[in-house]
Amino acid sequence: MIPIVYNVRSVVRRPVSTALTALGVGLVVAVFIGMLALANGFRAALAKTGSNTNALVLRKGADSELSSGLGRDVASIIAADPHVATGADNRPLVSPEVYVLIPLAKAFDTTQIANVVVRGVSDQAWQVRSNVKITAGQRPTSGRPEVCVGSRLTKRFPHTGVGQTLHFAGRDWTVTCQFSAAGSAFESEIWGENEQFMPVFRGDVFQSITFRLKDPATFDDAQRALQADKRLTVDVHRESEFYAQQSQLLGNILSFLAIMITGIMAVGAVFGAINTMYAAIASRAPEIGVLLTLGFRPWTVLVSFLAESAFIAVIGGVLGGLFSLPLNGIVTSTTNWSSFSEIAFSFRVTPALLLVGLIFAVVMGVVGGFFPALRAARLQVVQALR
Amino acid sequence: MALVEIRDVYKSFQRDTQRIDVFTGLTLDIDAGSFTALMGPSGSGKSTLLNLIAGLDKPTRGTVRVGGEAVSEMSASQLAAWRARHIGFVFQSFNLLPVLTAYQNVELPLLLTRLSGKERNERVKIALDVVGLADRADHYPRQLSGGQEQRTAIARAIVADPTVMLLDEPTGQLDAKSSQEVLALLQRLNSEFTKTIIIVTHDAHAAERAKMVLHLEKGDLIEKPRATAAAMR
Ligand SMILES: Nc1ncnc2c1ncn2[C@@H]1O[C@H](COP(=O)(O)OP(=O)(O)O)[C@@H](O)[C@H]1O
Ligand SMILES: [Mg+2]
Repeated sequence: MIPIVYNVRSVVRRPVSTALTALGVGLVVAVFIGMLALANGFRAALAKTGSNTNALVLRKGADSELSSGLGRDVASIIAADPHVATGADNRPLVSPEVYVLIPLAKAFDTTQIANVVVRGVSDQAWQVRSNVKITAGQRPTSGRPEVCVGSRLTKRFPHTGVGQTLHFAGRDWTVTCQFSAAGSAFESEIWGENEQFMPVFRGDVFQSITFRLKDPATFDDAQRALQADKRLTVDVHRESEFYAQQSQLLGNILSFLAIMITGIMAVGAVFGAINTMYAAIASRAPEIGVLLTLGFRPWTVLVSFLAESAFIAVIGGVLGGLFSLPLNGIVTSTTNWSSFSEIAFSFRVTPALLLVGLIFAVVMGVVGGFFPALRAARLQVVQALR
Repeated sequence: MALVEIRDVYKSFQRDTQRIDVFTGLTLDIDAGSFTALMGPSGSGKSTLLNLIAGLDKPTRGTVRVGGEAVSEMSASQLAAWRARHIGFVFQSFNLLPVLTAYQNVELPLLLTRLSGKERNERVKIALDVVGLADRADHYPRQLSGGQEQRTAIARAIVADPTVMLLDEPTGQLDAKSSQEVLALLQRLNSEFTKTIIIVTHDAHAAERAKMVLHLEKGDLIEKPRATAAAMR
């Protein structure tokens, strides 16, 4: 084998062309990682929203909370179900919820309106949703027009600080607290008491009922029992699966776009690599002639120059990874296409993504290096040395 | 049996519409342990002859045998392995790899053998020692003089202990003093280590050191005793 130090040093000897080629590859890798980090963050936010130990009840056939509706009788029947866990005070851990979207002007540009989820919950909701933690203030008092605001909303919408007043549904609402929910979609919601929201929004109807399972393993039993109950026409979802499913469409589209866009960009980077390698091989024809004269086989010359191209690409891949790192944690928002609400989430640049980016870089290098390396391997010794 | 046997070899090149016949039925024997100088005007086919012996090029017709093996019949991949084992080639323009040190350049042919790292190290050191460059092992080619570069190239050509050394105008780019050093080295390799050496040269001094001088004249061979060559100066 031709020693790799030959290629590494040859690459270092032409720093400008190496840097430009690596930069081209690096930009593609950075965009690639960035876009996948976006899809990743979106999926993670929704995946974290649902809990494995909770069940979500919707009207039969409803594919989102928005299109669902359940009466008070349904809430009572479910609260009495034996699969439902009970809290310390012996009351069932059930939260019949009102779910509506309200238009809210954004903080930076008040002409921009976003749909924000307002969720009316029961007293038990704060226990049912174990990932929800109050970070400032006190929980809304029952019977009062008070709300608690998700942590992702506070920076992006005005009047969301504790003690301030939000105006929606024709009324003023005092913000009494802020909550976090482990980066999940709940952090993009406004929570208040369900009984307060019912009269001002859609009347005497809940959109969903979420309850804590006594034993998470009995979900299938609970689902079967409730869906078979003659008094009810409901679908029962495991909460975690419901949110994961919600993230699927947009998550897939984001991933697809990432691959499409970076695929097109990659063509450019590959042509850069092709150019660089053809130039390198043209100027080193005598060296290749010497190697072949010494008895190195043509395929080892091919491997050697493929490795050289891959090496340049790896430099690019590392650069791309470094470029993409500052994206990690940056908060962005999108409309969740399953519920039409705006949810905020962070770019997630994971080690696995960085590795994928590096592999992508190597692939670009090998593809770009192939034909030049083939030309090198096919050089006629006598011609190369003349 | 001669070490190198060239039998009725034809070689022509096609350039545009013109055909150049370099050899038309060349026959030549070179014995093992000989030191042969190949002389002749530019374009007479000296390099072409070396290339044919090294298996870098194929005759249009006829056979080239080295050590009994028909080089002209081998496949490309057989040739690579055969060349690594039997041929030490030295070029006019040194052709060291510029990014490798003298040591690494000399080691290259050994990377094609099964020798261990330790054995390679010993061999490279011996080869550099023979050419008098033991203290320049870590120098890059650009840090060496022309004569040192060419002696490194000679070390690279002998390190794998080849059957034949082929040198194409090895002193063509060297000053008189370096040329003499290189030629003295070759003479020593021939007399002390019984290396078979075929050297293409324009230099009458070089021819003087050779045991046999061959003159190529438009692809025809004119063998002259050494005394005549010396007298021609
Ligand atoms: N690859 C080639 N293609 C075309 N013509 C060639 C080629 N190699 C050598 N020749 C021609 O063959 C003749 C002999 O060349 P060469 O062996 O290099 O001569 P020398 O080494 O004696 O100067 C020259 O006329 C040269 O132009
Ligand atoms: Mg020549």
